[in-house]
Formats: sequence, structure tokens, C-alpha cells
Amino acid sequence: MIHVVTEMLSYPFLVRALLGGLMVSLCASLLGVSLVLKRYSMIGDGLSHVSFGSLSVALAVGWSPLTVSIPVVVLAAFFLLRITENGRMRSDAAIAMISASALAIGIIVTSLTTGMTTDVSSYMFGSILAMSRDDVRLAAVLSVIVLGLFLFCYNKVFAVTFDESFAKATGVNVSVYNILIAVLTAVTIVLGMRMMGAMLISSLIIFPSITAMRIFKSFGGVVVASGILSVVCFFIGMMFSYVYSTPAGASVVVVNLAFFLLFSLFQVISQHGKKKS
Amino acid sequence: MGLLLRCEHVDFGYENQDAVIDVSLEVNTGDYICIVGENGSGKSTLMKGILGLLKPTAGHIEVSEELKRAGIGYLPQQTEVQKDFPATVFEVVISGCLGKRGNRPFYSAKEREAARANLERLGIGELRKSCFRELSGGQKQRVLIARALCATDKLLVLDEPITGLDPSAIQDFYQLIRKLNREENVAILMVSHDVANIVHHADKILHLKQKPLFWGNMRDYVKSQAAREFLGDREEDNI
Repeated sequence: MIHVVTEMLSYPFLVRALLGGLMVSLCASLLGVSLVLKRYSMIGDGLSHVSFGSLSVALAVGWSPLTVSIPVVVLAAFFLLRITENGRMRSDAAIAMISASALAIGIIVTSLTTGMTTDVSSYMFGSILAMSRDDVRLAAVLSVIVLGLFLFCYNKVFAVTFDESFAKATGVNVSVYNILIAVLTAVTIVLGMRMMGAMLISSLIIFPSITAMRIFKSFGGVVVASGILSVVCFFIGMMFSYVYSTPAGASVVVVNLAFFLLFSLFQVISQHGKKKS
Repeated sequence: MGLLLRCEHVDFGYENQDAVIDVSLEVNTGDYICIVGENGSGKSTLMKGILGLLKPTAGHIEVSEELKRAGIGYLPQQTEVQKDFPATVFEVVISGCLGKRGNRPFYSAKEREAARANLERLGIGELRKSCFRELSGGQKQRVLIARALCATDKLLVLDEPITGLDPSAIQDFYQLIRKLNREENVAILMVSHDVANIVHHADKILHLKQKPLFWGNMRDYVKSQAAREFLGDREEDNI
């Protein structure tokens, strides 16, 4: 196993992919705890499709992908959060509409300009070569901010996630935290999307926290466990991908699924044991 | 008697539509006040206004210094999110101290002590490490009251507190609130439609139908026209 790791680390592009991917996974899993508990899981999925659309447009026009995508996806995050909060329109329907529209626009723009090449496929399902040096730098900045948020504003994140109205009444500025989480999620998704793929990136947000919730009963426990799970699953997934030449994004998702099933099994067994005793 | 909160001729509304018109009311230390009314009568809107979540479109709300500092102890209706939320009872209760913390990131030993004391006060000290989602409806309510008391033990604002509780838990709940009110001098402001029980517990009542139909002592209310119509309907329903 150590032999495989050292071999992997001898390729610079793999080192970048591992570093960037680990940081993106960690951010996604921490933000995911709050998103999943607030029933905002679909926002991650919607944002990944918007990210695909804006990336295709950026590529067609010839601008740098990050400078176009990040503002567009951040805007979309604001918008999705607002429709979810106001409840004027059924939010699940609204998010599905936005996802499909962004995907459709992206596909049309791509087919009109470059044609449906392997580029499109790699955006959809991810490519290990996608992490550039700049991406890794941005991922580092992002993880410092996300870790800072969860370390120093942990209690507020808990209050806002658990009970918005109570948090508001005790004087916490709830919308600032909601916006902050949405913006950080948007950046995480843009960064992770090209590597994990537009169709797969939202699993980094959802899986670790859902898996952690099978076993852990405190909010603190779930946050720490989903952070650790995300890092472990990403690493195992990448090694699997390297050894068996499977696509990186899909491998990471399958490892996440395996851990979820394992934890679910553990939960069932422990509940069964409790009933007996 | 210390004044905690006073509303003078306040209106609340959303986008050109008035939901609450011309309400005046006063909450003093140790009061037990209930706001009743039919669905859509503006009860919840008034409550949001009192909590400072909504700005009055007219009139004036005066809040005592103590409440400004600590916030109001608020028991919201339980939400969908909380049903399967992974959190320990202690994590939930101590989050009530958040209002006092300002921007300092971590809870102090004093606040941990306060959270522990409030758990004991509500007789749920042994549940400290239990998981919130695995508690019964009545236990969850006690946890949320303990959280509200961490914010302040001067005024407790309760929003439709008996929704979803079974009958024995409802009686426990009223006894608990009465005890907090009588023995520990916590002022209670409760929004409810459970008029049948409330007439036996609360001291003052505000009957709202957009405008206040009645504001005053419970004894006078029972004899009033507003009550006869409202309670009369209820009793027929019960039969």
C-alpha cells in the first residue's frame, strides 16, 4: 500500500489532485452537515449544474473558467437560498428547473462551438487532470475559511442549523450565516466540479454527513466524523482509481457509498442489540 | 414590579397589508399573559414583533435593558428539521446562552454551569447526554424550555406550545409553566388556541382578531362579550 502511495506521489498532477481534492472534500463535508440538516441538499446538486453551464460558456468565449464560474455560481446560490427561504415556489421544483436549464444551456453552447468532445464528458464525470496549481491555492484559502468558520463560529453554526427562529430571537444574524454557507458551498462546488464531475460533486456534500449521522448522536460528533470520513473516503477512492484505472470521481463516490452502507449496517446491529438487552 | 416590555399602539404588517392593528400591552415581572385568537388573527405576527423579528409599521415597543442584553427566552414551534437532528440535550440547552456571548467563540465554564442548572431545574438533568431526536414530545419541550431559560429567566415567550403533545404531557406542561411563574417569578407570554385550559392558568389575556377585542384580567375576560362568543363556540365543539 505504501508502495502505491509513493508511486502516486511521484506524479505532480496526482499530487495536485490529491491535495486539492482532499481540501475540497473536507470543505464540502463540513458545509454539508449544515446543508443536509436544513434540508438544503438539493442546492448542492443545483449549483453543480449551474457550474457546468457557466464553465461551458466560459470555455466557448475563451475566458478563464474560475473567474466566470465563481461569480455566476455564487449568484445562483443566493437565488436558490432565497426561493428556498421564501417558500413562494416549491423549492425542489425550482431547483430542478434551474439545474436542467443550466445543463441545457451549457450543452447547447458547447455543441455550437467546440462540438461534443471529450471535454464535455470530463466536465460531466470529472477528470483527474483538472486540478491546476491555481485551483489548489484557491482550495487552500477556501479550507482555511471553512475551518475557521467551524472552529470559531461553531456554536452559531449549530444554532442557525438547529433552530433559525430561536437564533434570530437571541440576536444571531441568521441571514449572514446562511449567505456565508451558500457562498462557500458555491466556491467548493466550482473547485471540485471539474475533478469530480458535475453529476457527482454533490455526493461530497451529502454522503459524509448522512453517513456520520447513522452512528453519531451529537452535532459535534457528526461534524468531526463527517470531516474525517470525507478525507478517508477521498483518499481510498483515489488509490482505487489509480490501481484499477477507474474514473477518480466515480471511485470516490462508490467508496462513500460503501462507508454509508457499512455505517447503516452498524446502526441496525446496534439498535437490534439494544432492543434485545 | 419591573416593566419588561411595553407595546404602545403598535401595528404590524407585510407589504401594505396590516396583520395586527393598534395593540397596546404591558408585560411586567411575574406576569402570566396569554394571547388567543382564531387562525389568521395576527397572533404569530404580533409575537414576531415582540421578539424583534419584525419592525412595527406604527407605534412603539419599549424593551427593558435586561431583555435587550440577553434577548428573550423563546420557545418556537418545533420544526421538521429538529425531528431527526443529531444533537445532545446539552448542546441544545447551552445554545440558549448564545445571545449573551456576542462574538466570543466558545462557551465559558459559567455558561456550562448555567445550562446544567437549568436542566436540573426542569428535572431533566439525567438526560444531559441523551440524543435530542430520541426523546418524547414532552421531554423535547422541557429541553427547549431549559434552552430558553439560558437566554433569560425574566420572560419566556411560548408559541403554540402544546401542539403535538399528548394529553398527559399537556397537563405536565401547564404545571411546569405555572411553577416557573409562581415560584421563580418568570414572566410568561404564551400564544395559544387552547382557551379551555388557559382560562384556568393565565392571569391576563389578550384576545386578538387583527385588533384587540379584549385586554385585561382573566376574571373580567370570562364575563366579557368577546369571551362568551369565543369560549361558547369552543364548548359546543367539545360536546
